[in-house]
This record gives sequence, C-alpha cells and structure tokens, in this order.
Amino acid sequence: MERPLTKNIRPGQEPLSLVEYEQAGGYLALRKALTSMSPKDVQDAVKASGLRGRGGAGFPTGMKWSFVPLGEHAPKQKYFIVNADEMEPGTFKDRLLLEGDPNLLVEGVILAAYAIQADRAYIFLRQGYTLAAKRLRRAIAEAYAKNYLGKGILGTGYNLDLRLHTSAGRYICGEETALINALEGRRATPRAKPPFPQVSGLWGKPTVVNNVETVMNISPIIANGAEWFKSLSRSVDGGTKVYGVSGRVKRPGAWELPMGTTLRELIEERAGGMQEGFRLRGIIPGGASTDVLLPEHLDVKMDFDSVGKAGSRLGTGTAIVLDDHTCPVGFVHNLEQFFRRESCGWCTPCREGLAWIEQTLRAIESGAGEMSDLDMLAGQCRLLGPGNTFCALAPGAVEPLQSALKYFREDFVRHIKGKKCPWK
Amino acid sequence: MLTDEEKSEIAEELAQAERREQACVEALLAVQKRRGWVSDENLAEIALLLGMTPAELDAVATFYSFVFRKPVGRHVITLCDSMVCWSLGLNPLYEHLKARMGITYGETTKDNRFTLLPASCMGACDRAPVMMIDNDLYGPVEPGAIEGILRKYT
Amino acid sequence: MFSVLSVKDMVTIYIDSKPYEVKPDQNLLQACLTLGFDLPYFCWHPAMHSVGACRQCAVKLFKDEKDTRGRIVMSCMTPVAEGMRLSVDDAEARSFRASVIEWLMLNHPHDCPVCDEGGECHLQDMTVMTGHVYRRKRFPKRTHRNQYLGPFVNHEMNRCIQCYRCVRFYRGIAGGRDLNVFSCHDNVYFGRHEDGALESEFSGNLVEVCPTGVFTDKTLKRHYTRKWDLQTAPSVCVHCGVGCNTIAGERYGSLRRILNRHHRDVNSYFLCDRGRFGYEFVNSEKRIRSATCLPFSASGGKPHGEESRKIGKQAAVDQITKILASAKGVIGIGSPRASLETNFLLRKLVGPENFFAGLSDTEHRLVARIVAILREGPARTPSLQDIRAADAVLVLGEDAPNTAPLLALAIRQSVRNKQFEIAAKMRLPAWDDNAVRNSGAGARSPLFVATPYATRIDDIALRAFRADPVGIARLGFAIAREIEPSAPELPLAADGTGQDIPALAREIAAFLKAAKHPVIVSGTGCLNEQVLAAAANISRALCLAGPSAQLSFVLPECNTLGSGLLGGRTLDEAFTRMQDGLADTVIIAENDLYRRAGRREVDAFFRKARHVIVLDHLRNPTVERAEIVLPAATFAESSGTLVSSEARAQRFFQVFLAEGDVQAGWEWFDDLQRSMGKQPPGSETRLDDVTALLGREFPLLAPASSAAPPASFRVAGQKIPRQSHRFSGRTAMTAGADVHEPKPADDADTALAYSMEGHEGAPPPALTPRYWSPGWNSVQALGKSPQETGEETNSGESGVRLIEPTGSAPGYIGPETIGSEDWEATVAPPRYRIFGSEELSMQAPAIAEMARRAEDIPRQATGGNASHE
Ligand SMILES: Cc1cc2nc3c(=O)[nH]c(=O)nc-3n(C[C@H](O)[C@H](O)[C@H](O)COP(=O)(O)O)c2cc1C
Ligand code: SF4
Ligand code: FES
Repeated sequence: MERPLTKNIRPGQEPLSLVEYEQAGGYLALRKALTSMSPKDVQDAVKASGLRGRGGAGFPTGMKWSFVPLGEHAPKQKYFIVNADEMEPGTFKDRLLLEGDPNLLVEGVILAAYAIQADRAYIFLRQGYTLAAKRLRRAIAEAYAKNYLGKGILGTGYNLDLRLHTSAGRYICGEETALINALEGRRATPRAKPPFPQVSGLWGKPTVVNNVETVMNISPIIANGAEWFKSLSRSVDGGTKVYGVSGRVKRPGAWELPMGTTLRELIEERAGGMQEGFRLRGIIPGGASTDVLLPEHLDVKMDFDSVGKAGSRLGTGTAIVLDDHTCPVGFVHNLEQFFRRESCGWCTPCREGLAWIEQTLRAIESGAGEMSDLDMLAGQCRLLGPGNTFCALAPGAVEPLQSALKYFREDFVRHIKGKKCPWK
Repeated sequence: MLTDEEKSEIAEELAQAERREQACVEALLAVQKRRGWVSDENLAEIALLLGMTPAELDAVATFYSFVFRKPVGRHVITLCDSMVCWSLGLNPLYEHLKARMGITYGETTKDNRFTLLPASCMGACDRAPVMMIDNDLYGPVEPGAIEGILRKYT
Repeated sequence: MFSVLSVKDMVTIYIDSKPYEVKPDQNLLQACLTLGFDLPYFCWHPAMHSVGACRQCAVKLFKDEKDTRGRIVMSCMTPVAEGMRLSVDDAEARSFRASVIEWLMLNHPHDCPVCDEGGECHLQDMTVMTGHVYRRKRFPKRTHRNQYLGPFVNHEMNRCIQCYRCVRFYRGIAGGRDLNVFSCHDNVYFGRHEDGALESEFSGNLVEVCPTGVFTDKTLKRHYTRKWDLQTAPSVCVHCGVGCNTIAGERYGSLRRILNRHHRDVNSYFLCDRGRFGYEFVNSEKRIRSATCLPFSASGGKPHGEESRKIGKQAAVDQITKILASAKGVIGIGSPRASLETNFLLRKLVGPENFFAGLSDTEHRLVARIVAILREGPARTPSLQDIRAADAVLVLGEDAPNTAPLLALAIRQSVRNKQFEIAAKMRLPAWDDNAVRNSGAGARSPLFVATPYATRIDDIALRAFRADPVGIARLGFAIAREIEPSAPELPLAADGTGQDIPALAREIAAFLKAAKHPVIVSGTGCLNEQVLAAAANISRALCLAGPSAQLSFVLPECNTLGSGLLGGRTLDEAFTRMQDGLADTVIIAENDLYRRAGRREVDAFFRKARHVIVLDHLRNPTVERAEIVLPAATFAESSGTLVSSEARAQRFFQVFLAEGDVQAGWEWFDDLQRSMGKQPPGSETRLDDVTALLGREFPLLAPASSAAPPASFRVAGQKIPRQSHRFSGRTAMTAGADVHEPKPADDADTALAYSMEGHEGAPPPALTPRYWSPGWNSVQALGKSPQETGEETNSGESGVRLIEPTGSAPGYIGPETIGSEDWEATVAPPRYRIFGSEELSMQAPAIAEMARRAEDIPRQATGGNASHE
C-alpha cells in the first residue's frame, strides 16, 4: 500500500533534510511542473485527481483554485495560504505531517502557488506547535538556499516568497476568512462570503487557503498523475487519508490509509480496539464539530459521502471514541465549553447561544437540570444551524450536541431526574 | 521600556511584514517570550512601533488566548481541557496540581514559579491527557509523574 | 443615432406573495424597510450598511414559486434580485428573530426604568416587535466594568448587545482610534484601552448609533428628561458655518439636549461634539434674562457702586426710542452669529447707510471675496453630500476638523470612494460594508492637505503640506497653472523657501485632473485673501480643463455667509464714523466686538459713543460696556434663518418660550421700529413677513423664504406639535403656581405648535421635531419615514441653496488684484480648536472642560498604517 503523505516519516526521528528529501524523489514534481507545465496544467492535474480538501469541508481543490482570476487583467498580487491552525478537538493529523515531512508541505505550497500564480505564500501555524515551527523554518530556509523559493525559481521566471506565521491561539483562526483577518494583523473574526477569498482575500487580493494535508497531496499528484491518485482510494474520493483515533482505545494515533477505510478497521485494527474494561458507546468521526455515530455505524466507510449518509461528516477524519465509563452529558458539555470559549463573538447566535447551551449542560451535568432544558437545547441546535450564523463554527458546534440529544437522551433524563451525574 | 533586543526583533518582523500591523502578533509574542507577559506599558510601546494605537493593538492582543495581558509566573503550565484529555484524566491531573501548588486556574504560586491555565485542544489527542510547560509538551501525563516533571522548572 | 434605451431601474420582488417594485442596488432589509415592513435589525445602519453580525433581520427566502420550505437568510446581506420571493411573516423566520432577541436579552440588565435610553431604545422596540416576553435563562448574567469616557458620553457596558455599531462608527466612519472591541466570545467588550475622555470629536454620535443604553448623553444625564417629555423643535446648529440640522429638546425652561436631524445633503446622520454638546450655553448663568439699564456706563466702564437696573421690556423700548430720537447719528452693528432677520431688521432700523456687518475687517474683506467668487463661478459650492461623493479633495489653508468638523467628516468619508470603486469593479454591492473595506484594503481616494498646522485629517491624506499662508497660496497658484497654463503666476519666494512646491503642485494637479468629482476646500481660516484666490483659480482651471470642480469655502460662524450677502459696512468704518463724531449712538446685535477688533480700538470706540445699546444672549465684554442691555433669545427661544457656508439658507425654530424679557433680536428691532412710528400701528410683524421683505430688498436672499414651510403650512389642517403624544405632566407642570392649566401659547411665526395636539405623522424634514413611527420610538424611526430611507430625502424642503454660479466667468484672480496686506502676512495664522475657538459653546460646561483638557488628552499615534476598519 502506498503512503504518499507519510512515506518519508520516521517516527521518533528528525524529518528528512532537504537533500535526503530530494534523494527520496522530492522536488521532482516541482521541477516537472515548472519546466513542462503551465499553471493551468497543474490546476487541471489536480482537478482530474478529484482531490477534495482535507480541512473539513471537502471542497474539490482543483475547482477552488480555478476561481482565482488568471491572465492579464487579473490582479498581480495573489496569495496562497496553508491552513495549519489545527485546533479542532480530537484532531492532530496536521501536526504529525508537519513534524514528519515539512519538505513535502513546502513543495506542495510552491506547486499550488505556481498553479494560481501567487507570488507570496504563508503557512498559518497554530500556537503551541513549536516543534513543527522549528522544522518548517528549517525546510523553508533550505528551500530558499536551493532556490526552490525566492526569485527566479529553478531558473524560470517564477518568484515566490514563503513566510511562516505562528498564531497566538484561537480555534476560529482555522476558518479561512478569519485566518485571513488574523494574517492581516486584525481580530480573527470571519468575513462574509461572497466575496470568496479566491477573488478577494488577503488585502483584498485573490487568495487560496488549503489545509496542510491537502497541500501535501499536490506533489504526489503532479509526480504520479490523477489515475494513480484515484487508485489509492477505496472510494469515489481519491487518494489516501490520514485518519486518527483518540479516546479509550489501546493505541491512539494517526495512520495514512486508503480513503474509504471503515471506522471498524480504524478503531479495531489500527487503534487496537477499546481498552480493557471499556465498551464503545459512540464515535465522533471527524473532529469535535461532527455528529456522533454509534457502534452500529462501525462499518461506515470514512469518505465524504458515506459518512454524510450515516448522518455525520468526515470532517478532519480524526475520530474520537466515547466509552461507557464516560458520561455522555459531561462529554458534550466539555465540547460545548470548547466551542463557547472559541466563538469569536461576532454573531449573536453563536456568541450567546453557545454560552447558554454550555451553562445549561453544566447545570444538567451537576444535577440542576430541568426537563424543559432538553427542548431548549434541541431548539438551540436548530437555531444555530447553517445559514443562521455568520460562519460554520456554531453549526459545527451543535452537531455533536444534536446527535447526543438524539442518541443519549436517556442519559440526559437520568441526570435531570436523578438530580446528579450517574457517573460520579 | 522595551530592550534593544526586543526592538530589533520587532524591527525584523516589521521588515518582513507587508503592512506594519501585520506584525502585531509576532511583536507581542516577541516581548512575551522574554517577559512572560505584555504589560500596558509594553503594549503602548509596541503599538507605537507598529503605527497602531494601544487600543488597536489591545483589540488584537485580547482576542488571543496566548497573549498574556496579566503577569504570569516564571513558568506557565497549561492543561488541555478539551474533550479527549478531559475524558482520559484531566480532572485527576488538575486536582493533583491544585493540591500540589495551592492554586487554581488563572493563579500564580506565591513563589512566582508557576501559573496554571486551562487551554483548548493542543493537537496532541493521541497523547492525552497532555500538559504543556512553557514550550514543552508532556503526555500522557500520570499524576504520579508530575513531581518529576515540575522539578525541571525552577 | 437615436435609440430608446429601456433602462430597467426597478426590480420586482415578492414579499409574502405580493409583488413590490424596489430599487436594484439595495439589500432586502433596506427594501423591506422602505416598503414599510417592520423588520427588526441591529447591526445594520443606513450610514454604516450591512455586516451581518446580529442576525436579527432574518427572513425566509424561496428558490421559486414551488419552493415551500425556503431557507433563512439575513435580509441585510442579501441583494435584491428580479423575481425574488421572500417571506417576512414566515413562522420560522419570526421565531428565529424572536430567538435572536432572546439571546440578546440573556445578559441585558433589564434596567429600562432607570436607563437613559428607556422609551427611545431600539432594543426595547425590537424586543416588543418580535414578541419576546418570557425569560427562560436561569443563570447569572455576565457583567462588565464601565469606563469613564470624558464629559460627553456615559458608558454602561452591561447593556451592550454587541452589534459592533459603536466601533464601526467610531473607527470606520469618524476615524477615531481610541475606541475598540476587546476580548472574545461572549465576553467581548467595547470601550477604550483605558479610562479617559474619548478623543474623537464625533464621539457624541455613539449616543445615537448605539441601539441601546451603553453610550448615552452625559450632559442630558445631569438634567435628565425622557424623550417623550421633551418639547422639541427642528433646529440648525449655531456653532460653526456648516449648518448641521438638529433637533433641540427642552423641559421646564431649560434646553436638555441636541440630536441629529437627518439631512442628506448636509450632516446626514452625524453631528460633531461641539454641535451636540455646545447647547448648554442656553442654560448658562451668564444669560441675560431682562432688559437692564446702566446709565453712564458707556463712557468709561461701570461707574463705581452703580448697579444695573432691570427696567422691563416696554421701558427699555421707550428709553431707546428716546435715545434714538435725540441721537446725533445712530449706527447699527450686526453679527455673523445672528439670524438674517435680526440683522436685516437692525439694518432697517438704522438705515442701510448706518448698518455695519459686524465681521472683523479681515474677515469682512475675505467674505466679500468669497461671495464674489461663488457668485461668478464657474465652480459651484458643494454640499457635504457632494463632498462625500468627491473622488479627489484638496484642502487649501483650512483646518477643517477644527473649523468645520462635519465638513472634515465628509472629507474623511470621501477618501473611501476609492474602495467603493474597487468594490464596484469586483461587482460587490456598496452596502456590503466589510466586503468593500476588505477588498479596498485601505485604499483611499487622493486627499491633499495644505495647512499651516497639522490637522486631524492628515492621517488620511496622500500628502500633507505645511507652510505659512503665503506659501499655501503659492502652492495653490502653482497647481492652477499646472492644470491650465493661462492661470496667473505667483512667483516663488525670493528667499528660496518652498522649493518643493513645483513638484508637489504637479502631483496634486495630476490627481485633480484625473478625478471626476474634484473638490477644493478653502476658507477664511488663514485670514489670507491670496489663499482664497488660489483656491478659486484652481477650481476655475479645473472647470476649464474638464472635470466639474466644486469649491467649498469654510466660513467661521453660523451666519457668516448671510452677513456677507446682506452686505453692510466694515467695522473699521464704524469706528471711524464714531471717532469723527458722525455718530454718537450704537446698537450692537449679538456681537462681542472684542472678538472682532483689538481691545484699544474697541475701547476707544465705546469711550466716544454717547449711547451704547447691546442685545445679546450672554454677558460678555461688549455687554459690559452697554448703557442698555436687551436680552436676546438664543436659537432655542426664537426662529429665524441662517445661511451656511454652502450658501444654504436654513430655518431654525423656536423650541420653547423664553422667560423674562427675552425675545428674538428681530422682535426687539420690530418693537423699536414700531415705537419710532416706522410701522403702521396695530399691524403685526411675523417672521415670514420679515423674511419676505428681506427677499424683496435682497433678491439673492429671496429664496430664503422657502427654506422651510411657512407659518401657514398645515398637514391635514393641523400644525406640527412640539410635544409628543406621550408628553406627560402637562397638567401638573405649572400646578405649583396655578392649578388652572394655562392655554398653550400660540405660535404665529411657524407651523409648529406648543402643544401635544396636531399632526402625528411624519412632517416635512424641515419641520421634523422628533422621529417616531408606530413601534419605532428610537432615533431609528427615521428609517421608517419613506423619504428618508435609502439615503433619499426630499431635501428641497429643508433649506434652500442661494447661490448657483452665474457662469459669467470673469477669469482668474491675479495676484495683483489682492490687497497688499496679505503679502506681508508674516504673523502666524491663528490656530483653531473645535473646543475653545467658538464663543457660545465655550459656555457649555462639558465643552469648556474638554477645551481645558485639550492639552492633557494625548492624541494617539497618527500616520503609520491606520488599519482600514
Ligand atoms: C470554525 C472553523 C475552524 C476551522 N479550522 C480549520 C483548521 O484548523 N484547519 C483547516 O485546514 N481548516 C479549518 N477549517 C476549514 C477552513 O475554513 C477551510 O475550509 C479549509 O482550510 C480549506 O482547506 P481545504 O479546501 O484544503 O480543506 C475550519 C473551518 C471552521 C468553520
Ligand atoms: S458563528 Fe458567528 S460568532 Fe461564531 S465564530 Fe462564526 S462568526 Fe464568530
Ligand atoms: S441587521 Fe442584518 S444581521 Fe444585523
């Protein structure tokens, strides 16, 4: 099985240096693209591969790029940004990739930037990823030294500057338009769309934001072609996926597997199944802002459509398991506490609604709940749905809650009736 | 007063920035790196260097979790309180730290050695429960191992 | 080739299945409000447009006729489109809107009974409108600490509903940089970085912009009255020459507050702090309330031990009549801060030969020059709306932020036109505020500021040029020549200064020529006629070169231009007349001569005068020299007409009946005329008569009669009530004196009534005493009056422009045609202060406090890259 994203990663060791990376076939794709492909060719290759964004929404990457105005009349200044904010609870795949093979990311950035003719790129890295920052800095410096970055890359007329920006910590910075504001040195509140960043992004210029994992797929796609990419997958969505499992499993971790690997394989084989004495009660398949699935969903394939059909979202593809020793109310309360704290405070439903939800869940968890709270919570889940709030944070925040209310209603009722948490 | 070193680091960030205020988070962190936090006085000075007003800079500074606008101890311990860590033993860890140091979240020990803060998911759920001291990540952390870890920070 | 273009300028949308015609460049919220729907909103504001933050304006949008589910959209963020189907009434949309209010009320203190905003609170209105009544949340409310924000604005953060309007106004419109939003999530905080007076001179607008009681009027707080208990009238600001439209409110004989009165072409939605908070001079202890007599005082100050004597109205008139009858020569000195009518009747009383305008000599000369330039053209004087629409502005010699604050605000708004241009190219709607700002990324239309001292719009200027007035004139002449080589030349200084002028002139000329709507702003601030000539020449050159340039002159006082148009002799001539013994008696109307000429000259003048009669509002050094003092009504206690710097005649209306002998200047002069037998006995003179008479003698001023509807104006046979239909305590107000309720006073001068009775609907803008519409009790009710939504008002009824250029085009003004005194203008030109330079507002305690503290208040970083929020 091919692992284009993680093949260079040697756990517990330093990542490949640039020279080693080149020896492993690195930067051949870039050479190929710059010498024999037009920006449009690169876009088309990515489009043909069917690569869908790994940042959570699964938007087709090639299509996203194609919205960037190219040609004479297009604005000269354009930007490419890597979204390495990764702050969604349960998600740690980008950290492993960044720490493991920073060169692959840098090469991907150059290819992507070339495809949209950006002359400046940024990596927006979350706070606290200090090891990743160190390794990225080195990879960038080495790429500059070898003229993979800078002026006249590889003797062509293409120039690109790449900068690493480290954030000071806010989940909302991961939302691409908030990220753009953050990068401008402003408060990271999201922007309304339209206009989409591809038309008006950083400083009002065309901008593409892609997730770390998405970007890391570019070089393998250019090197090996669309058909190869599709063949990696076990589903309609091409490629591999870095899946993760955390919670009370024997071997929490992340693995690069064919797209469409089932939850069962992930949890039972890769993660070694539940720890002794714990049973599986639920799964949040794709990071904290996705709906809960049940053990009966274990055979769902982890690809965009299949997870959607099961009533949740692939999201980031990093699953969190809920075990039978953990209070599901406490579990959702903890999630909503996160979302309340991380709301940017711009729009009313999210700012006020999540706070109210959090307070109510806290009350239920501590035995002060009332039966009417359940209707109130269900109502809030509807009210905080897509379109009602300014960005996707709040709709994501209520996904786990709405499904918990559905699947674990009994547990909520026991808290309220018994006036205490049965797990305590 | 900012030191020359701080000023020159800010100047370096400014040199790379497309617009001056773009460097504001970096500038704040450059100062915080050395002092642990950003005082009002420092904030005003940084703002001046960036062509911003203190209000403008503080609007950004207070938005982020990891720009400290209040004094902290010599070392900052952050506990991830998001879901995976919570479900895998955050509470015992927190209880232990509370008892050991006599402080709760947001407080600093009397000897000014440690400040304890909660933090949102640190992206290390595979190692839950995790704890960060300054820039060092620890996980999974057993309460029994805390003593040994703390000893490294004086 | 001729063809009939079918321009479809309206689109049809379906609201709850009924078709409506709406303008295509609107969003759905604007469209619905214009059509009269009661759709609640918070973050949207007609001047600040849409940002989609509050989520209050939700409606249901359907894909087509068959779509019955629809989806919720924010109406303020959705452009109208032909055939669009939506529902305001949809149950889900309604319940979502009610939920938004519920969220906003979760932490709101529910302190309406003790809140200054209570009764005129947009949050209250919207809460009632959505039907939210029952509180479900049972957890404690979040609380915040309040800040001290200076003498103008009170801060009560707990009431905040986070609509972000305050920062959007303060930063995005007014360019203030010391108010911001801090922190995050459900803890966001709006205020300053630390306690302290707000630095922006537009801070008072927060009071109106904030939809609830976070920012309230601190001056009102000290004599608090609810909106509904105020007796109010439409007024015009008297604190500078811009002529902002206001609404003034009174209770128990004291003036309580000033609010903005929307005028699309003038102040639009905003006022400056001098205009908003300067009103307290009306209540000052220094007010003159009765006619007093102080014999012998004229010739040598107050005689020792002599006390002034209240003599009463009639006795005063009689005594003055006697004095006038026996005088060896009477002169009258008018005032640029008195109404046209007051000036005119004084002129009538003493005769045109003996009437002196009352401007300082320099100003007199400058104003005459300005009147000539404006009348001859070719450049026309722009309204503030025209300035807001400018795509290039040159400020020549005028410190507009201090001398004409709202004009400076208009300039600040104009530089954003570049962003609108960029947005339009990207097909982004102009009302999508953040999209416009973000895609514009701080781009600005060119502004050049050439002034003696730094100004508060330098931060948005492409270039700021500092020089003395002559240097500024040199730059101006050079610009005109760059645009059009036949413009006259003003050689560079012999001493070699100003070497940078040619290059700068070239740059500025290029920008002005490239603009479609260039505006030149100048004024009397430099006290230099060459600066005016330079401005005129630039605008002329531009007009010849193509773009229709407009030329705005800033004049210092509320009726300086009116004085200029009435003519009258110079003060110097008045002094000479007295010194030469050709006159021995002077009547001075609303003018402190010590502000117009040197102390020695004025002292000498008074020493020589046998009789000095002074009419004014407040005691001042000139009043101290009077033998007879007549109490003049302020703008709040009288009606009259003022001509703004734009040459717009506007009417202010009496808010309340003054106590004591106080009456309008023009009424005093009418009384004197009568008493001297110059008016047929038994007849009555009304304001409209005076204005009409004035128009007959001064054809240029004739349109002033239509500055506002006449006294005979009625809506459905009714007058416009100054008291709201909720005015309380009417029967009790005077019960302490007499249990019989007095009959409301008549007002024969205007179409307004001193009562609650009358027409309740929206009156014409010029007669608007308050904004109200059923369910809309706050100032946001303005948005419900049809002519005011969508930035459109029937402005013709609110003031009238007096000067349109004749196009007789006399040519350039050569340097040689200007009096030589300006050439040697080596003295430093005056520095103006928004708080401090104007006479009347300085008698308002809050303004005086800010003036005192002007030095301690740090003006924070300017320059740099002011972020473009
Ligand atoms: C609240 C919120 C947080 C997000 N956080 C991240 C993130 O940390 N990393 C990321 O790649 N995408 C994140 N996204 C998704 C981004 O907005 C964006 O869709 C993504 O970066 C696009 O990359 P892709 O097309 O490669 O998936 C977040 C979205 C929301 C609404
Ligand atoms: S949903 Fe609203 S408040 Fe929440 S993060 Fe998005 S914009 Fe901010
Ligand atoms: S008015 Fe439409 S979202 Fe606030």
